[in-house]
Amino acid sequence: MQANGHEHVIEVTGLRRVYGDGFEAVRGIDFSVRQGEIFALLGTNGAGKTSTVELLEGLAAPAGGRVRVLGHDPYTERAAVRPRTGVMLQEGGFPSELTVAETARMWAGCVSGARPPREALALVGLEKKADVRVKQLSGGERRRLDLALALLGDPEVLFLDEPTTGLDAEGRRDTWELVSALRDRGTTVLLTTHYLEEAENLSDRLAILHEGRIAATGTPAEVTAAQPSRITFELPEGYFLGDLPPLDELGVCEHEVDGRLVRLRTRELQRAATRLLVWAETAGVELSGLDVRSASLEEAFLGIAREASATGEREYAA
Amino acid sequence: MSGTVTTPKGTRGTRTAATTPLGRMGALARAEVTLLGRSKGTLFAALFVPLVLPVSVRSAAGEMDLEEAGLTIGAVVLPAAIGFSLLFAVYSALVGVFVARREELVLKRLRTGELRDAEILAGSALPAAATGLVQSLLLAAGCVVLLDMAAPSAVHLAVLGLLVGLVMCTALAAVTASFTRTTESAQVTPMPLLLVSMLGSGMTVPLELFPDRLASFCELLPLTPVMTLVRGGFTGDLPAGEALGAAATAVAWTLLAVFAVQRWFRWEPRR
Repeated sequence: MQANGHEHVIEVTGLRRVYGDGFEAVRGIDFSVRQGEIFALLGTNGAGKTSTVELLEGLAAPAGGRVRVLGHDPYTERAAVRPRTGVMLQEGGFPSELTVAETARMWAGCVSGARPPREALALVGLEKKADVRVKQLSGGERRRLDLALALLGDPEVLFLDEPTTGLDAEGRRDTWELVSALRDRGTTVLLTTHYLEEAENLSDRLAILHEGRIAATGTPAEVTAAQPSRITFELPEGYFLGDLPPLDELGVCEHEVDGRLVRLRTRELQRAATRLLVWAETAGVELSGLDVRSASLEEAFLGIAREASATGEREYAA
Repeated sequence: MSGTVTTPKGTRGTRTAATTPLGRMGALARAEVTLLGRSKGTLFAALFVPLVLPVSVRSAAGEMDLEEAGLTIGAVVLPAAIGFSLLFAVYSALVGVFVARREELVLKRLRTGELRDAEILAGSALPAAATGLVQSLLLAAGCVVLLDMAAPSAVHLAVLGLLVGLVMCTALAAVTASFTRTTESAQVTPMPLLLVSMLGSGMTVPLELFPDRLASFCELLPLTPVMTLVRGGFTGDLPAGEALGAAATAVAWTLLAVFAVQRWFRWEPRR
């Protein structure tokens, strides 16, 4: 593989990670990231996001499968990869008694082609905090310091593990803008997040991780489109589910009843909604709490998690 | 936050060149010097203890029957002073440094960068090792002046002993840090080696005053050969064979410790 042009900068095949206690955190995943692309690994806590990123960063050797970053194995060919990557870990990593400027200066001494530390701090708006000790920074400021140091060497590939956790709304937006600007200049970015909004707004492509496997992957629009839309309402007094038009005629693929609350899932939102409303009009009833929404990434995320664990249970039973 | 990337790619005029191992370790060591200066407890133990303990060894040595063993007070106190420096300014200080950096995830973060594993440990250890080196030289000079000793007659042995001692204590500190879980327990886990060395490596009591069998066992302890070489460097009466044996023992301990670090060192806190 060549790392120039629009080839894959990150390639992952059959990747597995098993911890010392036998826990299999990553259970055979495949994906690739092209140059200049923002790729998001999305998942709940414990889905295997950090375990995966650490393998890409070369912090540990995989239990199985293969990782290539810029054409090299990041674990065994460390010297070839590290000068070209920037890493932001999920948390911490700086001596609490050093000041921001001292921390940046230390890192700059360890990064080939480092930009001046002040310039890196200015990128994330921390220049005024230069003389503050790391222990006195807020959680959000620490994330921004971490990002500044990941950017010191103007890396070709950037790994960001939950870059905006602990940031306020404004800080989060600023980080998104900064990361997008980097992508526009050709930087390849792999980030993890549990904020759906972040994955939706920022990433060109994403993969939803669930229990160490990729449950869905594609552009945010593709992943969303693969999911059904949702109609929710309360059944009027004296009516039962059977009083509705037959559900498959409505185009409903899945339904749930919770007391009087009905949840329908459909891939044909317009047809289902129209027929339901026509029925209500004809029957002269009011559908209170009516909520009609097309699939969002959040729906997709929850749906995939639900489906995946149901499949998992079936596998156990078999 | 500016939100824009102000430096276009390619303007590398103000950028640094590719890093070198020495440059990376230097940057790390510089930060560690700052941290050492801000850690009053470590600083006190490192600078003060090795100055005080030799005084008590001096008064204890006055009551020992050294002449019968063919020793002088200086030949007992000077190696002991260097031993205290190695144990307190280097070994136990570094156990604390390695554990603190690991628990703050500093070591893990450093491993994501260009530094190699050995550079991370060596760079972090440099300020403490340099402290031990300078302190040892000053203590040696002080002993020579205050205890009316002759100048060392086999300097190379003393230098060899001191350098191997510095490397060994650094490696042993990393080994000890591997099984030390918290910065609090880092106050306790160096104790066994401190006590064993002070009692059994000829620091507080010369091995010549021990029963033969115990003495020959104690010669195998890690710091004993360092003491032997340093003392031999000043007295000049260490036979070549014994010097070689001591050097071999010291090197063996150092290699063993380096192997243990490669095998067992923990770079991040336990989950």
